[in-house]
Amino acid sequence: MDETIRTVLAEHGRLATDANTIDDNADLFAAGMTSHASVNVMLALEDAFDIEFSEQMLKKSTFESIASIRAGVVEMAGS
Amino acid sequence: MTSITETTAPVSESGGVAQQMERIAEEVAAPAADEVDVTGRFPAETIDALRADGLLSAMVPEAFGGRGASVAEVSEGLVALGRHCASSAMVVAMHHIQVACLVRHGRSPLLRDYLVELVERQYLLASATTEVGTGGDVGSSVCAVDVAGGTFRLEKQAPVISYGQFADAVLATARRSAESPENDQVLVVCRPPELELEQVGEWKAIGFRGTCSPGFILRAAGDAALILDDPYADLSTRTMLPMAHILWSSLWLGIATATLDRARRFVQSEARKRPGMTPAAALRLADTTALHQQFTDLVRASVDRYQQIQDDPDRLSALGFAVAMNSLKVSASTLVVDVVRQCMVICGLASYRTDTPYCMGRHLRDSMGACLMVNNDRIMANNAQLLLVHRGE
Repeated sequence: MDETIRTVLAEHGRLATDANTIDDNADLFAAGMTSHASVNVMLALEDAFDIEFSEQMLKKSTFESIASIRAGVVEMAGS
Repeated sequence: MTSITETTAPVSESGGVAQQMERIAEEVAAPAADEVDVTGRFPAETIDALRADGLLSAMVPEAFGGRGASVAEVSEGLVALGRHCASSAMVVAMHHIQVACLVRHGRSPLLRDYLVELVERQYLLASATTEVGTGGDVGSSVCAVDVAGGTFRLEKQAPVISYGQFADAVLATARRSAESPENDQVLVVCRPPELELEQVGEWKAIGFRGTCSPGFILRAAGDAALILDDPYADLSTRTMLPMAHILWSSLWLGIATATLDRARRFVQSEARKRPGMTPAAALRLADTTALHQQFTDLVRASVDRYQQIQDDPDRLSALGFAVAMNSLKVSASTLVVDVVRQCMVICGLASYRTDTPYCMGRHLRDSMGACLMVNNDRIMANNAQLLLVHRGE
């Protein structure tokens, strides 16, 4: 799962650092992900994991780190 | 947080905040409005009158000495100001947007002290969010605050700082540090004596001429605690953007109201000439009055929408709210031009000539600024992006 998340981030996150090596808890927005890019990350995650984030999950904090994205994907996949 | 964002409206002897703003709009701003427009000068008398009544700190909580006015009250006051002098109203709206950001997002003891000082001295705050080289995107910065030894330094090429030369401080956006990406921004209070504004060019515009908005090179330094605590992205989403769209829409409604006033008087004066015959323009007046009512109700509903969730960061950050506030800006800036145009058709040449009481030249020119200040196409593109994931709940 982490590998897929990192691939999505590398492709759509427009991070200033390498998505494959960035720390699990690093702030992705501080690393250069714009809100525009975060929407693309969201869409790509939904496609990759065949999930749909609920309205409550669609907030900045869900996408602020790889750890929080993982928690979000797990929650949505389980529901 | 609740303690600093009380919205109870104290009613002083001279009435509430909205009524005081209304009185200043009629007695001070209205008589100067044409001259402010023609000469493109700063509406100093209006700002001085607001200052004298302590209204520049209308939105500061009472705990800090302010009036603790609600968004609804300030919105109502701005409708009145916009009705008589849109330039004055725009200056006041922009000031209150900055004050709201300070109140809700400036938590350092120094910023708290500054808020008290703002109340005592009735400071006027300006803003420098746009920058040369970012293509109009306020969500990214080229410049960065350079923090060393508890002190910050900043130099910013600002293509526009409205009333920059008349302001007591400028709140500027910048990257958090020289190493930060362009969208990792902070908002910092830049104040004299460590603020230098070097004017670049002049403000030669067809509308909002009294806002005096040329470009500046801003050079500032100061205590690093003057940097607002919350990241700009968060304070923009939760406070600056909704407040801007609500308060701008309020004064645009004022412009529309002014032209509707003229159109109504015109139709009534026609009716008096031939009692028993309904003037031809009366039907269009009825139509335009319905349009104006949509506009009024849109602004009021948006104020309610914001006030209901103003202390809930999660709901303020929700996609649906961002979409709604963007839609408000686009709708209101379109409605103001629509109402002005209809009112001009109602009054005919009397609105087109500059020597009649029905002249709408200033209103037409001011109203066109609404869809350009943060271009509607940029806002719609933003909503288009948000709607790719918004669930519509």
